[in-house]
Amino acid sequence: MIEVKNITKIYRTGEIEFTALKGVSFCINDGEYVAIMGPSGSGKSTLMHILGALDIPTSGTYFLDNKDVSKLSDNELADIRRDEIGFVFQSFNLLPRTTVLRNVMLPLIYSGVNKENREKKAREALLASGLNEEHFTHKSNELSGGQIQRVAIARALVNDPKLILADEPTGNLDSKTGEIVLDTFQKLNKELGRTIILITHEPEVAKHADRIIRIRDGLIVEDKKK
Amino acid sequence: MKISDILEETYTALISNKARTSLTVLGIVIGIASVIAMISIGAGAQGTIESSIQSIGSNLITVTPGNQGGIGAQVSSGRGSARTLTEEDALAILEQVDNVKYVSPELSGRYQVIAKGANTNTSVTGVNESYTTVRNIKVAEGEFISTQHLRNYSRVAVLGPTTRDDLFGENTYAIGQNIRINNTQFKVIGITESKGGSGFTNPDDAIYIPLSSAQRFLTGSTHVSSIGVQASDAESMTQVQNDLTLLLLNRHKISDPELADFSTLNQADILATASSITDTFTIFLGSVAGISLVVGGIGIMNMMLTTVTERTREIGLRKAIGAKAKDINLQFLAEAVMLTFAGGVIGVILGWAISFGVTYFDILQTKVTIQSVLLAFSISTAIGIIFGYYPAQRASKLNPIEALRYE
Ligand SMILES: Nc1ncnc2c1ncn2[C@@H]1O[C@H](COP(=O)(O)OP(=O)(O)OP(=O)(O)O)[C@@H](O)[C@H]1O
Ligand SMILES: [Mg+2]
Repeated sequence: MIEVKNITKIYRTGEIEFTALKGVSFCINDGEYVAIMGPSGSGKSTLMHILGALDIPTSGTYFLDNKDVSKLSDNELADIRRDEIGFVFQSFNLLPRTTVLRNVMLPLIYSGVNKENREKKAREALLASGLNEEHFTHKSNELSGGQIQRVAIARALVNDPKLILADEPTGNLDSKTGEIVLDTFQKLNKELGRTIILITHEPEVAKHADRIIRIRDGLIVEDKKK
Repeated sequence: MKISDILEETYTALISNKARTSLTVLGIVIGIASVIAMISIGAGAQGTIESSIQSIGSNLITVTPGNQGGIGAQVSSGRGSARTLTEEDALAILEQVDNVKYVSPELSGRYQVIAKGANTNTSVTGVNESYTTVRNIKVAEGEFISTQHLRNYSRVAVLGPTTRDDLFGENTYAIGQNIRINNTQFKVIGITESKGGSGFTNPDDAIYIPLSSAQRFLTGSTHVSSIGVQASDAESMTQVQNDLTLLLLNRHKISDPELADFSTLNQADILATASSITDTFTIFLGSVAGISLVVGGIGIMNMMLTTVTERTREIGLRKAIGAKAKDINLQFLAEAVMLTFAGGVIGVILGWAISFGVTYFDILQTKVTIQSVLLAFSISTAIGIIFGYYPAQRASKLNPIEALRYE
């Protein structure tokens, strides 16, 4: 369960300060499928970096399963990212010139899973994300955009994380391949009960989610369940 | 993260850019190969020089006429040309100095030698029967000069193999033939074994005749041009050298050792001097090669820095999925060390091949020591760590968000 209380984020570039989040609070329960929407520059990615333990807020608290993530060290944050969170980014999601299987196994290397289990888990994750087995040994640069994102989803799944975060996962895809990727998320949420937070500024994408949080200029302007 | 995983990640990263990896490795290969080759050549030169010094005899002290040098040195009286040593001096050394096994008074000069129309200019040395032992000469055919010959002023000669070839043709049976030295006829009674070597004092290009005959027929005086003294063992060499110096000073009635009319040369001293020269030479060669190793190391650093910049997004991605700064640091450090280690292995093989080639083509008898191989490996690994450290640090300190944003 995610509990965010009054989070702010201030970026400093030299003398200039920029407040990207101005006090954001919400709770997300296990198994929810949430879309975060908002115009460009509104602070969506900033929020996701905090939720994903890539960054800490300037003030406010963030509890992930009753653990305060907002005050952890770099190494502890890395542990959270490794064990609790799966990321899907908009682009540059896979290691270039590396096979699909190796890409998916990458998080398991850092969590110290042994070799046989790694491959087994990677295969399961790939099948769950809907990639055909014939592509498993392809290099990442031999895949289409939709396939790349499904491999990225498989990699996000492989560590069995509580939370899957996706920052505009369909931003680089045409609407048809985008649909396939979104179906994958849908399945993960409905069939496997994963918590998913997805960032987008396309209403069609947000339609898949059960709950939509809209932010503008670093503040939540709407939080609506279906 | 397990070591085997780090190595696998590293290996994959390195083979994914083969051209650059091999060029960087080449820098280290050249460095290590030249260190190995240079040190082995240095060691080979040392061995060759030592064995050629040893081949002129063992536990040998050579006494030559002329001043030692020092304050009262007379430049005009060139060493060896002064006539201050006699056969009696040699005898006195043998009889009065302890731990002297053999003495070999010698009288040498260069003469025109004629045989059956062929003719050559070579060194003719008057020797006694101890010469072969003291100077480490072996007889291949016939016999050497004996006390009998010395007593009888016999006109007999033993030829070096090169002189025999020059006078009678290659590998001809020359024993029993006559030669003329300085218009005196000598009969060939033996041929010495080839010792190799070249230059002015080549023992293969020489003629040995009885000392008494040399004095009577060639120089007409009782002087000798050098005395070889063989001590009974290596430990007593200094004592023998000191004692014989005192004895000769006494005999020549000289009170100030500075003004001695002879000089002594201890084989151990020559050996020590020669090895200190070859040591310096080896260090010099090794350092020159070491410089190329440093250049190779800088090449590694350069490549690693480029790699870190190029793979900024990869680093961000790895961190986003749970890699710690330590994991990234290790991965990039391992890449640098693997590069230098591979360079080290290939370099050692190449260096070995070069030194083998030098030996094979008879340029020098080189030897690759296990120490130089270990040294090369530790240097190359150290270079990997030293020059990989900074780029790896840089990679590990990257902020994952910045890294993911990087275009
Ligand atoms: N590292 C940073 N330093 C300074 N300002 C930053 C930094 N990161 C983001 N910002 C600023 O914070 C604001 C919010 O950025 P953010 O990336 O969260 O927007 P976003 O909602 O994800 O936009 P988009 O839809 O374009 O991705 C922007 O105005 C941006 O310029
Ligand atoms: Mg964004």
